[in-house]
Amino acid sequence: MENILELKNITKRFPGVVANDQISLEIRAGEIHALVGENGSGKSTLMNILYGLYNADEGEIFLRGEKTQISEPRQAIDHGIGMVFQHFMLVEPLTVFENVILGSEPQKRGFIDFKGAEKEVARISKEYGLRVETKARVEDISVGQQQRLEILKALYRKADILILDEPTAVLTPQETEELFQVMQNLKEQGTTIIFITHKIREVLEISDRVSVLRRGKLVGTKNTAETDRPELAEMMVGREVLLRVEKEKAQPGEKVFSISDLEVRDQRGTKRVKGVSLEIRSGEILGIAGVEGNGQQEMVEAITGLLRPEKGKVNLEGNELQHLNAMQIKKKRMGYIPEDRHKRGLILDFNVADNLILGFHTEPPFVQRFFIRNEKAIKDNAAKLVEEFDVRPPNIQQQASTFSGGNQQKIVAAREFSRKPRFLICSQPTRGLDIGAIEFIHSQIIEQRDKGAAILLVSAELDEILSLSDRISVMYEGRIVGEMPVEEANEKKLGSLMLGGEAQEGGDPVETGTG
Amino acid sequence: MKLEQGSLTSREIITPIISVILALLVGAVFILIVGENPIEAYWVLFSNSLVGVSSIAATLQRATPLIFTGLAVAFAFRCGLFNIGAEGQLYVGAMAAVIVGVTFSGLPKIIHLPMAVLAGMIAGGIWAAVPGLLKAKLGVHEVINTIMMNFIAYFLTDYLVTGPFHGGRWTPETARIFPTAELSRLFPPTRLNTGIFIAIAAIILVYIILWRTRIGYEIRAVGFNPTAAEYGGISVSRNMVMAMVFSGALASLAGVEQILGVHGRFIQRFSPDLGFMGIAVALLGKNHPVGVFFAAVLFGALRTGAAAMDRLTDVPRELVVIIQALIIMFVAAEELTRRLMARRRRA
Repeated sequence: MENILELKNITKRFPGVVANDQISLEIRAGEIHALVGENGSGKSTLMNILYGLYNADEGEIFLRGEKTQISEPRQAIDHGIGMVFQHFMLVEPLTVFENVILGSEPQKRGFIDFKGAEKEVARISKEYGLRVETKARVEDISVGQQQRLEILKALYRKADILILDEPTAVLTPQETEELFQVMQNLKEQGTTIIFITHKIREVLEISDRVSVLRRGKLVGTKNTAETDRPELAEMMVGREVLLRVEKEKAQPGEKVFSISDLEVRDQRGTKRVKGVSLEIRSGEILGIAGVEGNGQQEMVEAITGLLRPEKGKVNLEGNELQHLNAMQIKKKRMGYIPEDRHKRGLILDFNVADNLILGFHTEPPFVQRFFIRNEKAIKDNAAKLVEEFDVRPPNIQQQASTFSGGNQQKIVAAREFSRKPRFLICSQPTRGLDIGAIEFIHSQIIEQRDKGAAILLVSAELDEILSLSDRISVMYEGRIVGEMPVEEANEKKLGSLMLGGEAQEGGDPVETGTG
Repeated sequence: MKLEQGSLTSREIITPIISVILALLVGAVFILIVGENPIEAYWVLFSNSLVGVSSIAATLQRATPLIFTGLAVAFAFRCGLFNIGAEGQLYVGAMAAVIVGVTFSGLPKIIHLPMAVLAGMIAGGIWAAVPGLLKAKLGVHEVINTIMMNFIAYFLTDYLVTGPFHGGRWTPETARIFPTAELSRLFPPTRLNTGIFIAIAAIILVYIILWRTRIGYEIRAVGFNPTAAEYGGISVSRNMVMAMVFSGALASLAGVEQILGVHGRFIQRFSPDLGFMGIAVALLGKNHPVGVFFAAVLFGALRTGAAAMDRLTDVPRELVVIIQALIIMFVAAEELTRRLMARRRRA
């Protein structure tokens, strides 16, 4: 196969860092080429250069054999390059097809040809099996559909090289499967796809070849069929990686936490949790598997006092919590890593030290008489936790927004683990993190378990559920539809329960791992 | 990148300074159009507002109410709230202070004056609490309600000053307050009064509350990220109401100072938009108490020097209004100054 695209010695410097260092990459026509690397390894920068959002300081781009200058996205589009960003660029109140034609509206006698446009968009959608409703409003369609709409936008502009920037980060497992199906269809129709990810599993599943970046440099390009998970992980991280979480068998102690017959409505008044009961012992991790949006978040928020449960009891070491507010519950030694660290877990404009007291800011030693803060205690606390949790850079006065995702999560974990919680909720604790950070957070969770905390783990990543949990419950449409010890669980069994089916026997034994 | 708690970053300091310089440069064009020499006009403007004891006193006197309204807007803004109601809050505060000032006679000053000040602060605080509560409990946008409360305040005080508390003269004003409720003049004949000390105390207090207390931590947390604040056990609604009460109390002090220290009585619609100028002061001062001080002094100086410039040159005093407007435009167009700075760094 010929190369449709060649990047030669691309270098891009930002103040203080070389984001891309002499990167040369060859993309073959019609392949799915995975571009992997940890956060900050330069994948997005490289693709932004290709798409004309950044200009390279050095290096050349050859497109279909010809040297090409791409200094703005308009030129990239004209050359048949399309890009789907992690954060969608859609006008929500407009319909799907209106979004597609936005910026290149077909005209008929001076007016926009809406009818023709809608037909054309529907035709492309059908041709590539994108299955988006062309007349629906964008705000009413699912995230997966919005993403396919972004792909549709690129195809409408005649893109034959498609860049997908971490497309699976926002998708549920089902939606990811659907996306992969779409990618296959596109490939069969001759589209070249560059697929950015940091999940090795996805690389192995969908790509033809894979290039690994690390700290701005190209480590190597492999045929996917000739490589495996450990090799890719090592190329990404630069050292051997523990893909398997190391843990002893759990030593469950006394019952610490339980909920019984919990029912919760969300803010819109829809019942999302419909009678859930569970209990967790000291030194034990209960994993809640389930497709996102099946009531997990509402359950967690009801436990932590952010939502008021409609019915049922929440009990932590003999204290009933269902009538307490978030502050009172925090004081019962409950730690909580929230699903969204930007929305809930951190105040990004605060510095590290101030983030490390959030929730404890009303307690000694952080506050003295007359509400006056104890700056020394706040600094000491931060210095200690930053060191303990290896937050980098270890600057406690730096704004939280300037840290990488992994280090931000370390700040959240440091705070929540610092007060020796008896009960810990970890909700999507490693979402969006790279392998190194996942490894760290996982080992910290296990450490808390071994110190005797009862832990509720909620995750959409089956790998994570299988590798950390001691027991697993599956949540579907607001109910627990299955429960089993981890030894009896496997992906197939859980996957079937997650979709509301019966547990199927058989399948492979537990396959644990991360990435 | 924030360094020490509550300090301004270098960009937060440089942007306003550049904005002022740019505004003066554009203002110079207007002066040229009038046919005067900009350097001379600016010299008259600033030498008559910043050189000499009486000039400085006059400038500080004009800055005093702006410090209060600037702090009021900045404080609410730190909690994510846009208080456009400082004007109304200062009117009800002034009215409450005047009522105390004209009603009680024979009290010692040490009791009467604080009573009047406190009455004003309470009235302003309550006035601002209303939109705060509506925002916190019902989600009604505070911008709408603070504006609406302004109108209620105008007409309520219109009624009080022409009705129950009318002073008896033919003009719409109350009787003169008893001397025991007055803020003393510091440098007669300028009208600078002890209100400036209250203003400086307010600056320090606002700084301490925002960055050195638990209350300020919670208010700023709500301002930056209410959902994370809620997660941290912080009551978003309580802090919103509290921030509005503080803000209203600060705004009311502008009215209180004008009444107890300058006019000695409540005059119908006495405020030359002090409350709205507070928005500009807070914006230029980057919502920081120290920034608010300098911004208020600058605006005070412009107003003070304008009279001299009007008298001694052919440049009309209205020029300073243009300059103020330009300053705000340049501060708001932060991106512009950032690019200018970036270009200079590259060169």
